[in-house]
Amino acid sequence: MTDLARDMDRRTLIKVGGAGALALAGLAALGARPARAAAADSEAAVKKLVGNAPIKDGKITLKLPQIAENGNTVPFSVVVDSPMTEKDYVKAIHVFADGNPSPGVASFTLTPRSGKAEISMRMRLAQTQDIRAIAVMSDGQVFMAKQEIKVTIGGCGG
Amino acid sequence: MISRRDFLQAAAAAAALVGPALLPAKAAAQKLSLGDLTRFEPLGQVTLLHFTDIHAQLMPLYFREPSINIGVGESQGLVPHLTGGLFLKRFGLKYGSPEAYAFSSEGFAQLARQYGKMGGLDRMATLIKAIRAERPGRTLLIDCGDTWQGSYTSLKTQGADMVRAMNALGVEAMTAHWEFTYGAPRVKELIGQLKFPFLCGNVKDTQWEEEVFDHTAVFERGGLKIALIGQAFPYTPIANPRWMIPEWSFGIRDDVLQKRVDKARADGADLIVVASHNGFDVDRKMARRVKGIDVILTGHTHDAVPEAIKEENTLLIASGSHGKFLSRLDLKVEGKRVVDFRYRLIPIFADAVPPDPEMAKLVAEIRAPHQAALDKVVGKTETLLYRRGNFAGTFDDLICQAILAERDAEIALSPGFRWGGSALAGANITMEDIYNQTAITYPAVYRNDMTGAQLKEILEDVADNLFHPDPYYQQGGDMVRSGGLAYTIDITKPAGQRLSDLRLIKSGRAIEADKRYVVAGWASVNQAVEGPPIYDLVARHVERQKTVRLEENRSVTIVGA
Repeated sequence: MTDLARDMDRRTLIKVGGAGALALAGLAALGARPARAAAADSEAAVKKLVGNAPIKDGKITLKLPQIAENGNTVPFSVVVDSPMTEKDYVKAIHVFADGNPSPGVASFTLTPRSGKAEISMRMRLAQTQDIRAIAVMSDGQVFMAKQEIKVTIGGCGG
Repeated sequence: MISRRDFLQAAAAAAALVGPALLPAKAAAQKLSLGDLTRFEPLGQVTLLHFTDIHAQLMPLYFREPSINIGVGESQGLVPHLTGGLFLKRFGLKYGSPEAYAFSSEGFAQLARQYGKMGGLDRMATLIKAIRAERPGRTLLIDCGDTWQGSYTSLKTQGADMVRAMNALGVEAMTAHWEFTYGAPRVKELIGQLKFPFLCGNVKDTQWEEEVFDHTAVFERGGLKIALIGQAFPYTPIANPRWMIPEWSFGIRDDVLQKRVDKARADGADLIVVASHNGFDVDRKMARRVKGIDVILTGHTHDAVPEAIKEENTLLIASGSHGKFLSRLDLKVEGKRVVDFRYRLIPIFADAVPPDPEMAKLVAEIRAPHQAALDKVVGKTETLLYRRGNFAGTFDDLICQAILAERDAEIALSPGFRWGGSALAGANITMEDIYNQTAITYPAVYRNDMTGAQLKEILEDVADNLFHPDPYYQQGGDMVRSGGLAYTIDITKPAGQRLSDLRLIKSGRAIEADKRYVVAGWASVNQAVEGPPIYDLVARHVERQKTVRLEENRSVTIVGA
């Protein structure tokens, strides 16, 4: 997915993420909650992609609602602070949904020609969980940002 | 005959009711007049007038403020999460005083008889006209939403009655929440009838993420350029039916708000005001995260806070609900900074304020075609009926009992709405009273089978919407009310672990995870829910009971508050 950040248009939405019955409903109806991926699965998936490099905070802005309006299609974007030059650029952005049956949501490969390190897409979320974005830099450094997102079943606000 | 309007005296009767020891002589001697309510030493160039969450109440009403309103995380122990004696102490109010009656639940049952009803749009109009006359060219009247919904007439006219009333009142801008429950086409229609802007800067369409509504309106007042930015309730499609507004996406979007604030400042605004339906705790956090807002006029959480609360460089104003109060905030601005302010949350004692004749006429005209239905008496109550409170209110107890009886269910669930007036002990229950608690556009009372595990999951989910330590994750509303079910809740525990010891009240038996229970409730956000409308069901139940009497609700045990 080279040059994805430049090429991907909001109108070409990609739906990825784990399958599973969604329990997004009001008080009246409930679907069964899917099995949660073991935290260990998620850790293993991260390790597979970034190896043993130390993971640092910073550089990443994760834009995600606090509470999903529709767990079937949750918009989000990841912006990484990088000049995107030949010497210093973001090589890859990985997104994980720790609470989905299959935590790996998407991986993006970038080059200096991507222009900016920014991706946005929509994903399907099975339940309330943490979303993690991991950026691998050209010098091998690895950064991570994390945010909780609630996928609620009960709507009673007012 | 001396009416209470001419002469509202707390003295003798209140002292007799609550006992002289509880009522200081000074408070007892207090009389209320229009002059007392409008007394204000003007300050600075501009006066912001604010009300919010009127919930379609055209007429004066009784409204008991909450006695339980728990703050968690960073909001713990802070305004507006002070109730009862702590609230009175924080604001230096005396038990038994008119202010104690208006702002708190302390002594409500007795004081309501003494001080009478609050609000009424004709009284509101009188106050607004008086202040406008005093400050010509310097006032701005802002409504923070939840205006079009909450009464019989608003439901029957699909919000049109309130649009007429707000136009007549001369509102100059609004934002929204429950307005959206009339559905997208009707919302657009009503916006077309407004004589002022409908500002919702945090709403985008789901497809292209383009803006749906105007976000900012600019006003010139008192020589100042004022930018007003609207913020709709961020969780409307979650708390209310998304299918009614399928193409609109909400959210707090404070990064977008920051851009709007910066743009307004760059365009020369001397004063930046946000009309918000976020709820107080969310606004308090937002005031720290978004730089450059001078004033946030808050809404949604119905808090009546008698002082302006300063969070960093932003003033937070909380003006109560149901037309009980009008906020007046005078601001002195120098070099694009608020250098001084004076604030009063004016309690509108209906018997102390003469009605404005024009507004009284309009209200009468709106109600006339519905008068017979509004006035229909369905029963009588021996208990004070009210709704507000984190876990239970007697009106919801009545609604839950009605659902259990009329739908033959083991457990009843009733949403934790914050709106709905109070009915005093000994009063008749009219259809108007019932609609004031239930007038929504998705009223079907469902009846479902649910496992114990599912039931617990729902309650945990709603509890997290109320008690998540980060206000940005709070969806608003009080805890869902339950009938036939008892439980313990520890508000300090993390999501999914707050509830324990769930039991059926009737049998005393513990709720079993795998066992199925018959659960009935109303206000489901799902489409095509089947069942009778809640207002008819409650009316039928009360008619059968004739006289309603409710025992104290001890079904929820609260830990960690």
